[in-house]
Amino acid sequence: MGHTWDFATILQNWPVLWVGIKGTVFIFVITVVLGLGGGLVVGVARYAKSPFLSWPARAFVEVFRNTPVLVQIIWFFYAFPILTGIETDPFLAAVLGISLNTMAFSAEIYRAGIQSIDRGQWEAGKAIGMTYNQTLRRIILPVAVKRVLPALTNRGIEVFKMSTLASVVGYVETLNQAKLIADLNYNPIESYTAVALIFFVVLFPVVQGTYVLERMLRKGD
Amino acid sequence: MSEILRIENLHKSFDDLEVLKGIDLTVQSGETVVILGSSGSGKSTMLRCVNFMESPTNGKIYLNGDLIGTERNGKMTYKEAELCTLRSRIGMVFQHFNLFPHMTVLENVLEGQVIVLGRAKMEARDKAMAQLERVGLAEKAFEYPSRLSGGQKQRVAIARALAMDPEVMLFDEVTSALDPELVGEVLKTMRQLAEEGMTMLCVTHELGFAYHVANRVLFLNEGIILEQGEPQSILKNPDTNRMREFLDGHSLFKLPD
Repeated sequence: MGHTWDFATILQNWPVLWVGIKGTVFIFVITVVLGLGGGLVVGVARYAKSPFLSWPARAFVEVFRNTPVLVQIIWFFYAFPILTGIETDPFLAAVLGISLNTMAFSAEIYRAGIQSIDRGQWEAGKAIGMTYNQTLRRIILPVAVKRVLPALTNRGIEVFKMSTLASVVGYVETLNQAKLIADLNYNPIESYTAVALIFFVVLFPVVQGTYVLERMLRKGD
Repeated sequence: MSEILRIENLHKSFDDLEVLKGIDLTVQSGETVVILGSSGSGKSTMLRCVNFMESPTNGKIYLNGDLIGTERNGKMTYKEAELCTLRSRIGMVFQHFNLFPHMTVLENVLEGQVIVLGRAKMEARDKAMAQLERVGLAEKAFEYPSRLSGGQKQRVAIARALAMDPEVMLFDEVTSALDPELVGEVLKTMRQLAEEGMTMLCVTHELGFAYHVANRVLFLNEGIILEQGEPQSILKNPDTNRMREFLDGHSLFKLPD
C-alpha cells in the first residue's frame, strides 16, 4: 500500500487525453441522436396495430435489449464484415452497437409513454376527423414524450458512459487514450482515475440539471 | 325541415354480445333528439356508430342524403379517408371533455380547423374566437385546460366541435362527470345551440333538459328503440312498463313540489 499520487504525467499528456475526449463527445452525439431518434420510430412501430409493424419492432427490441452492448460492438467489428461483406471500422462498429442498443431501450420508454396517454385523447383527435398519424403526431406524442423525458435523459447519461466500450475495438476515445498514456508512463492508477474524474465532472452537472427538469415537468402537469 | 341523418337497421356486436339489434332513425335538420335508456341499453354505442367511432356490424348511415361507405355483396365497406371526412362533418362532445392538455384553449379550437380542414390561420382564429364567444369563454382563450373548471372545459369542448361547422352534433353524457353546480352552464349552452337551429343527438340522464329542449325523445332498451315521441307526452305518459320503471327510478328522491 501507500501509493504516491502523481498526476504530472497526466497533465503532460493532456493533448493525448483531449483527443480522446473529443472522440467521446463525437461518438456520444452520434449515438444519442440515432439511439433516441430511432427509438421513437421503433417505439411507435411497436405500438402499431398492424402486426407487420409491431412484430419486427418487437423482435428488434428483444434482440438488442437482451444481448450485451460490448458483445454487439465486438460482433459488428469482427463477425458482421465476414457475414455480410460490408466493411466496418471501429467507429462504425461502436456506433452500430451503442445506437441499436439505445434504440431498443428507448423504444420501450416511448411505448410506455404512448400507452400512458388516456384513450380519450385518441378519441378526441379521431372525432374531429384527424387520421391515426395526425393524432399520434399532434396529440399523443407531444404529451407522451414530455412525460418520459426524465427516463430519456437517464438513457442519454447511460449512452455517454457506454461510449467507453468503443475502446474495445480501438476507437479513439477517452478510455482508449488513457490506456495509451498508462502503457507509456506506467501510471495506470492516475490514468484511469483521470478518466473517471473526467466523466464525473461532465455528468454530475448534467444529472443535477435533469432533477431540475423533472421538477419543472411535474409543475407543468 | 329536411332530413339530415338517417340510420337504417343499425346493428352492432362486440364479439358475442349484440348491443344494437336494429335501430332505424331519421333526424330532420334542426331537430334536437334526446336518447334515454339505462346503462347497457346501447345508447352510447348508437351515438358512436353515427360518426363511426365504432364501426357498425350491419346497417346503413346516410348524412345529408349520402350513403356512408360502399355496398359490396350486401356488406358495407368503408375507407378510412372517407370516415375521417365524415367525422369532420359531425361534432362530438364526450363525458370526460378530452381537451388536448398541451394546447391552450384557443389552440384546442384551432387544431381541427387547421389540420383537418386546412383553413388559413387567420380565418381559423377568427372562427375559434367566435365559437369561444358563443360558449362564453373568449376571455379564457390563452389559458391551458388544466386551469379551467369542469363546466368550462366542457364548453371549450363544445366550441372545439362547433368550430368545424358540423352538420350534426353528438353529445355523449356530457354532464355526467360534472359537479351538480356546473351542470347548468353546460345545459344552457346546449339549449342555446338547439334554439339556434343546430341538429343535435344527446345521450343524457337530464330528464329536465329532455323535457324542455328536445323535439323528440327516444327510449332505448336492450338494443332497440322501445318508445319514441314528443317529450311532453312520452316523459309524462310512457306506453311501456319498462320506460315507466326507468322514469320512476329517476324521480325516486325528487323534492316535493
